[in-house]
Amino acid sequence: MGMSRRQFLQGGALAAAGVAISGKPGEASVDSPVTRIKGLKASTTICPFCAVGCGLLVHTKNGKVINIEGDPQHPINQGALCSKGSSLFQVAVNEKRLQKVMYRAPGSDKFEEKSWDWALDKIALRMKETRDKTFKVSELNKKDNKEYVVNRTEGMAFFGGAGLDNEECYLWSKFSRAMGVGQLEHQARL
Amino acid sequence: MTNHWIDLKNSDAIFIIGCNPAENHPISFKWIEEAMDKGAKLIVVDPRYTRSASKADIYAQIRPGTDIAFLGGMINYALQNNLIHEEYVREYTNAPFIISEKYDFKDGMFCSFDDQEKTYDLKSLAYELGPDGKPRRDNSMKDPRCVLQLMKKHFSRYDVDKVCSITGTKKEDYLKVAQAFCGTGRADKAGTLLYAMGITQSTHGTQNVRATAMLQTLLGNIGIAGGGVNALRGESNVQGSTDYGLLFHLLPGYLKSPEFDNVDLKSYIDKWTPQTKDGRSANWWGNTPKYITSLLKAWYGDNATQANDFCYSYLPKRMGSYAYNKIMDKMLAGGLEGLVCMGMNPAVGGPDSGNARSALSKLKWLVTVDLWETETSIFWKRPGVNPRDIQTEVFMLPAASSVEKEGSISNSGRWAQWRYKAVEPVGHSMSDLWIIDQFFKRVRNLYTKEKGAFPEPITKLAWNYGNGHEPDVHLVAKEINGYFTKDTTIVDKDKTLEFKKGDQVPMFKYLQADGSTTSGCWVYSGSYTKEGNQMARRDQSDPTGLGLFPKWSWCWPVNRRIIYNRASVNTAGEPFNPKRALIAWDGLEKKWKGDVPDGPWPPMKDDKEGKYPFIMLPEGHARLYALDLKDGPFPEHYEPMESPSRNQLSKTQNNPVVKLPKNVSSDTVKFPFIGTTYRMTEHWQTGGMTRSVPWLVELVPDMFVEISESLAKQKGFRKGDRVKVTTERGTIEAVVLITSRLKPFNVEGKMIEQVGMPWHFGYAGTAKGDSANMLTPSVGCANTSIPEFKAFLCNIEKGGSKA
Repeated sequence: MGMSRRQFLQGGALAAAGVAISGKPGEASVDSPVTRIKGLKASTTICPFCAVGCGLLVHTKNGKVINIEGDPQHPINQGALCSKGSSLFQVAVNEKRLQKVMYRAPGSDKFEEKSWDWALDKIALRMKETRDKTFKVSELNKKDNKEYVVNRTEGMAFFGGAGLDNEECYLWSKFSRAMGVGQLEHQARL
Repeated sequence: MTNHWIDLKNSDAIFIIGCNPAENHPISFKWIEEAMDKGAKLIVVDPRYTRSASKADIYAQIRPGTDIAFLGGMINYALQNNLIHEEYVREYTNAPFIISEKYDFKDGMFCSFDDQEKTYDLKSLAYELGPDGKPRRDNSMKDPRCVLQLMKKHFSRYDVDKVCSITGTKKEDYLKVAQAFCGTGRADKAGTLLYAMGITQSTHGTQNVRATAMLQTLLGNIGIAGGGVNALRGESNVQGSTDYGLLFHLLPGYLKSPEFDNVDLKSYIDKWTPQTKDGRSANWWGNTPKYITSLLKAWYGDNATQANDFCYSYLPKRMGSYAYNKIMDKMLAGGLEGLVCMGMNPAVGGPDSGNARSALSKLKWLVTVDLWETETSIFWKRPGVNPRDIQTEVFMLPAASSVEKEGSISNSGRWAQWRYKAVEPVGHSMSDLWIIDQFFKRVRNLYTKEKGAFPEPITKLAWNYGNGHEPDVHLVAKEINGYFTKDTTIVDKDKTLEFKKGDQVPMFKYLQADGSTTSGCWVYSGSYTKEGNQMARRDQSDPTGLGLFPKWSWCWPVNRRIIYNRASVNTAGEPFNPKRALIAWDGLEKKWKGDVPDGPWPPMKDDKEGKYPFIMLPEGHARLYALDLKDGPFPEHYEPMESPSRNQLSKTQNNPVVKLPKNVSSDTVKFPFIGTTYRMTEHWQTGGMTRSVPWLVELVPDMFVEISESLAKQKGFRKGDRVKVTTERGTIEAVVLITSRLKPFNVEGKMIEQVGMPWHFGYAGTAKGDSANMLTPSVGCANTSIPEFKAFLCNIEKGGSKA
């Protein structure tokens, strides 16, 4: 948790007190900040859309996302969000999200459901086959007509990911180079 | 960004060119408006009257692709009217440096151009060195061969009338922009410059960026609160993904990926470690040996030893470019078997999408990892193709969303902020961290059990992130930060520091070149220390009142909130502007106060220990004159590859170092209008993350094409008509939107219309529509290969299959 539950409730209570003084919806109203999130767990997150880096609060109950809203303590957005940020709830709770591993065989006109184990084993095999088949130990430099050791996998490219976390980017970078993949690119080139 | 979002409030003038923050970074406007409430002027230069423009004090229209003419004219205006911050320019930039006598510039070309190779010989464009090996300088900046004089001469051709004739800007608007922004070239004024893809997506994109940086440098606006050159990065973690080297030419931390002739670690270090003969230059990249060695130690652990060159031979070596467009060309030619897309959608996001989609069908296998079906994952059943003809095997893997996993992302202001897992991933979806871990472990298993090509880089890779179901993200973050591999004593000035094996490195200053430290990405060293996870901090204190929030999250490098901040003070360490003091030297305590300074050394005036402020360059001075760009030392105006105009400034029509691809055409009879692409608030990038979100789909349900009232009249279009837009690459259909936001441009007396399109649409998801990138050319910047999405030629007609 980015903040303890107690810290969060203090924030909420302060906000509620502010509302009471200003004569806006009172504590008993269904719209009051306290009533609305009563009994929910809160955690902090950062918006996954643009790179302003706005803070949000994610409210959950029984392992389900109930509500997502701007984090009033965040110094950049101070609780405000744009239309995309305000829709993060529908990214988390969305019936069209992919929920299963899907596979499309060569020439097939449909996806079929597969297990992670099956798909990951196949992918690992494909990566190894392509690496073994297209691995270039050395390459001729036309300018000086000399062969240089390059240890590169020629037949495979990795794309992404500006949508990954830093720690994921790091492992992706590390894995790519270990695989000999020089053809590693992502959205920053576009 | 050199600065950060909240710092916008400290500006006296905000210059928006080539970006549209009101729509694409909406919350940033909170801080722009705060500055405006205090009297700041907002200036917006854009081909369209955007929502940012609607808030501006001054709006100037600009024809797409003519930014260098516009900015070059402002550089000229500042120089001719003596509006530059002279002390800053003399002390902190290369303006006084003397350039080789070989330097020459004629009719749009610098000297020593090789017409066959399409390259300049950069040696002829270098500094002239003195007997001490340092660049010669003339502090009076009067020598005709000094940078300031060469620059004055170069940009004297960019007079206001010529510029406005090129850019199509009204002269009175242009003068208002120049006066308002160049007025910040004073010590007590701060001007910030914001840009994004309108500047970078061009065949001379790097020189566009340089023109913005040169203007800001001349005005003394870099390194100060309320100033800076601020690239508004588009994706939540595109800053982080760039920092971690997910580009062919980089390793994590902006280290270069090795080239073929860097045959061992020594030759890599020799090639990429800049040298200086000037003891007053910090030459920070002189630390390259420490950073590359610590990276290799992080990757190959105990297997990496001095004796085996720290496993340097395991890294792939590049020969030539594997930039995105080159990879797609190779794919189209059948040169690739496999592709893995981690949250990337090349069927929509890259230029010339029609070719990109054909290229995907040449693959033997494709793996996509995403939250929804994307155009890339279902390319084999896209409209107009028969799946039976496509032999590509496709694995579509479901990824967890940002609230279903834990880790950090870095915003445009370089703040690395920690996110928490609120719930388990939906259905069978999994975090990317788990998926990458599985890729690696299963491939490693295969190479351990079976023979294969050069298995050691995989079998010897250090991969120790706990025994849980997925890697422990805290162990990954700690590896990035780095730790000591043995007990170490470091003497740092008058302090002796003791570290134990396994201790976290406090900051990159302590990284070593002998294998005694690791760090997976040196710029993030300091983010996860013995004191804990700095990225998770939530302290809202702001001691300077400038909005630095030094204890909220953590920012690279070393939590420095505004980089190059040593340029905000004079050589004695006194702030140029005491009212907005970012750092100041305390002579009694002998230390800096305020933001984390760009290095601990005393002010520059200190003859023994003082250092120049631009520490990332070997000469320590900001480069008004560039030394290493493929298209020359000064930005020069060239037309976009597809243009309705001749180059009015020289006979050199296009950037001479960019090769013209086949499917580009400047036939203005066939394609009489300027096409441009843009983004909007309600959708995002290729639309994968928004076109299946009901609230957003309700707001913007369909693809549209935006034109002016005058073009609508000329063509007889009415609002809502179906129209076809065509370029040399392809045709798309959409609904027409007629607005007063678009106006034609005056190109040498002829009014040229523009056609604007969002690029968020495709054939997957809930809200579908044709992709604007079916139209865009696959030709890119001379230095970065970023495609020219913003300026091309097209035609528009009524009709289409759905009309």
